[in-house]
Amino acid sequence: MSTPLLAVQSVDAGYGDFQALFGIDVEVAEGELLALVGANGAGKSTLLRTIAGSLKPSRGTVRYAGEDVTGAPDIQRARKGIGLVPEGRRLFPSLTVQENLQVGAATGRQGPWDLAKVYETLPLVADRRARKAARLSGGEQQAVAIGRALMGNPRLLLLDEVSLGLAPLVVDQLYTALPGIRAEGTTVVLVEQDLGRTFAVADRIACVLEGRIVLTGPAADLTREQVTAAYFGTGAHTEAISP
Amino acid sequence: MTWLSVVVQGMLLGGIFAMAAAGLSLVFGVMRIANLAHGDLMILGGYVASVTAAHYGVPVPLTIVVSMVAVGALGYLVQRSMLDRAMGLGELAPMLVTFGISVVIPNVLVQVFSNDAQPLSVGSLGTASIHVGGDLSIGWFPLITLLAAVAVLTVLQLFLHRTQPGRIVRATADDRAVVRLMGVDNRRVYALTTVIAFGTVALAGVLYTMRQGGVTPYEGQLTVLFAFETVIIGGLGSLWGTLAGGMVLGVAQSVGAQISPDLPLLAGHVVFLLVLVFRPQGMFGRSVLA
Amino acid sequence: MTAQTVPGTEATALPAVHRSRRATVLGLTGTAAVLLAMAALPYLVDSGVTGQLVKLCYLVALASMWNLLTGYAGMMSMGQQAFIGLGAYLLFVVNDHGVNVYAGTLVVSALVALLAWPLSYLAFRLRGGYFAVGTWVIAEVVRLIVVRFDSLGAASGRSLSDVTADPVLRRAFTYWLALAVMAAAVLGTYAMLRSRLGLGLQAIRDDDTAAGSLGVDVTRGKRTVYIAAAAGCAAAGAVICVNSLGVASPTQIFGVQYSALMVFMVIIGGIGTVEGPVIGALAYFLLDKYFAQSGVWYLVVVGAVAIAVSLYLPRGLWGTFAQRTGWAVFPVRHTVGR
Repeated sequence: MSTPLLAVQSVDAGYGDFQALFGIDVEVAEGELLALVGANGAGKSTLLRTIAGSLKPSRGTVRYAGEDVTGAPDIQRARKGIGLVPEGRRLFPSLTVQENLQVGAATGRQGPWDLAKVYETLPLVADRRARKAARLSGGEQQAVAIGRALMGNPRLLLLDEVSLGLAPLVVDQLYTALPGIRAEGTTVVLVEQDLGRTFAVADRIACVLEGRIVLTGPAADLTREQVTAAYFGTGAHTEAISP
Repeated sequence: MTWLSVVVQGMLLGGIFAMAAAGLSLVFGVMRIANLAHGDLMILGGYVASVTAAHYGVPVPLTIVVSMVAVGALGYLVQRSMLDRAMGLGELAPMLVTFGISVVIPNVLVQVFSNDAQPLSVGSLGTASIHVGGDLSIGWFPLITLLAAVAVLTVLQLFLHRTQPGRIVRATADDRAVVRLMGVDNRRVYALTTVIAFGTVALAGVLYTMRQGGVTPYEGQLTVLFAFETVIIGGLGSLWGTLAGGMVLGVAQSVGAQISPDLPLLAGHVVFLLVLVFRPQGMFGRSVLA
Repeated sequence: MTAQTVPGTEATALPAVHRSRRATVLGLTGTAAVLLAMAALPYLVDSGVTGQLVKLCYLVALASMWNLLTGYAGMMSMGQQAFIGLGAYLLFVVNDHGVNVYAGTLVVSALVALLAWPLSYLAFRLRGGYFAVGTWVIAEVVRLIVVRFDSLGAASGRSLSDVTADPVLRRAFTYWLALAVMAAAVLGTYAMLRSRLGLGLQAIRDDDTAAGSLGVDVTRGKRTVYIAAAAGCAAAGAVICVNSLGVASPTQIFGVQYSALMVFMVIIGGIGTVEGPVIGALAYFLLDKYFAQSGVWYLVVVGAVAIAVSLYLPRGLWGTFAQRTGWAVFPVRHTVGR
């Protein structure tokens, strides 16, 4: 197997005295889609923040494209092609949809994504471009947040809880964008609570329980029962299945 | 003077207040710092122009550029060496730092240049005026300052809304953590913002000095109040509101002066307090309360 | 995370929350001893010494008031000179009506508290830096109104009409007045912080939205502090007036320099501690005594030191010391322990 695009090695991380991640090991190959599954507070968002560089691990390393980026700040990682769609979307409320997208291009990276292609991929926001982000519905906000990250032409896209608080129909619309994103060769790590959806889109699944990865494997080799057991920390199948 | 003339003079004066207030509003919008040294920086701008003209023979119009560059550069240093650090310490520290600067600037000026006024004259332009009709005539120089203010505010508005760096400044004002995920170094945005704010307030200071014919060290204690009053009267986060706020304050002072020579300051302050009571969100802006 | 409580078990012993009683008693005993010793000074030393200590006393009072406002209630004021000036000027008024200046100081504080109450509604329209400037504007307006009264000396200041005739007695009385105002300011702050209000205040300073949602009446707490600080500054203003037998000029007594002084003393000493302002006032007092004659550069240094301390020693002298040693003369914090 060639060098993975992302390799997280024995990472501990947390907030102040509170440790949220314990010895996390994750690898993601170029072009792959990894889904992180786990209960609220399991540490999934913390892991994404650690990969994006918003949070410094207290131990372990983060390697990206063969390079140790553990010490690199979030700004540099964004310029290197790690794009995070943060928890809670975090749009710029006083900017319009189009302006939000344009700011996303501040990474200065060249690539397939521009305004036209984003609008084409995310039709949900195409006719909202002059509207202030503060006045969008939740689904529209999520679409803009994804589009904003795409405008930075990321090589690795981190999607945090795309479906949180959204109607299933809206989530379906958002997920239709995923094949188009992957078709550009973009590697994706996403956090998703809905197991059905996870199995439908993921190449590989990693289950996070109380800050540890308790189960990981190709989606095709895992059963819903195994994942559910890992999710709740019940059952005996908590040792890792090697990919 | 007729009342119409008084009002027009006040509006012209308001242009300078608006220009001074624009940077204050920008810095507060982007960094949540209320720059208590803003008035003193304005006066410093006037000093730079006056001193370079008097002692280094720089032509008066060119002193504007010298002053903007010098004070703008100071802005970069202040941001990088003090405010970036202060912002990490909480809400109070940046205010304390700017307050410290507001103590240092006038006292350095006194020490170096004494308490005497430093003159800066625009020659015959200072007295030339256009006769509009009736007893209304408009001074060329006050008119130029108003036009300059409108120009500065327009350029700022276009910069913030029509250019990518401007959008990034506004995005940083909204969420300083998230812009970092787009590869933007928020501290560079702060530095840019401070340079713009210091540069424009220096311009306002030079024009103010030219209008008065000179400048004294402690005038910053007055102009800082004018700038804050302008921002609050106009409403935060609206540049055109700032222009209107400057004009309201200018007219209030001008009308006050017409009633009694010792009233302009009181009249301006009272109008400010009235706005605070009856329209705390300002005439055109988001609420200051929030 | 694991659940801590086990239902059904007896004696789920809550950890005791307490404030060290021994430290409290020690602190108060020490303070009482210092105050008593200071009160005896007019019998022991030259009036020149007590004359200087008058200044120290009102500086401590002013610093404590600013600290109460900014360090505990999170309201940075640049306009306390409004109340200092009002204290001095109202003293003329009550003195003209036959009240002696010592009782008059008390009357004046009460009057200014009454005035501060409606003013708080005006000032509280603003927050943060805008609050700071708003209070400054209010101070300017008060000054501009005061100078319109010819009976108060208009723009040129005036002197007190009725003061103790005997200079020795007068100096001693002035000193005791200043001492009393200082003691009231420091101990009053301490008492306020140890009350229920004090806990609420500290919550407000940390996060007033959260404090509000926890049932702390944020605005009422802030208003109480604003009024108390106004009264304290008025008393200090009255002391300044008594000490110099009048007001040299309204521009001076209503000057923003008083705010600068308060900022400096509190920042140097340690914001958000009861002891800090005392230390800061002492530091400023000594600095002023030995360096004031070096002119304007001295003020530049004052400004620069304030900047440096806010950036590199944000807890100030006492705060840093207390954090390293855990000492407190006036313990206001609760600790969880055995």
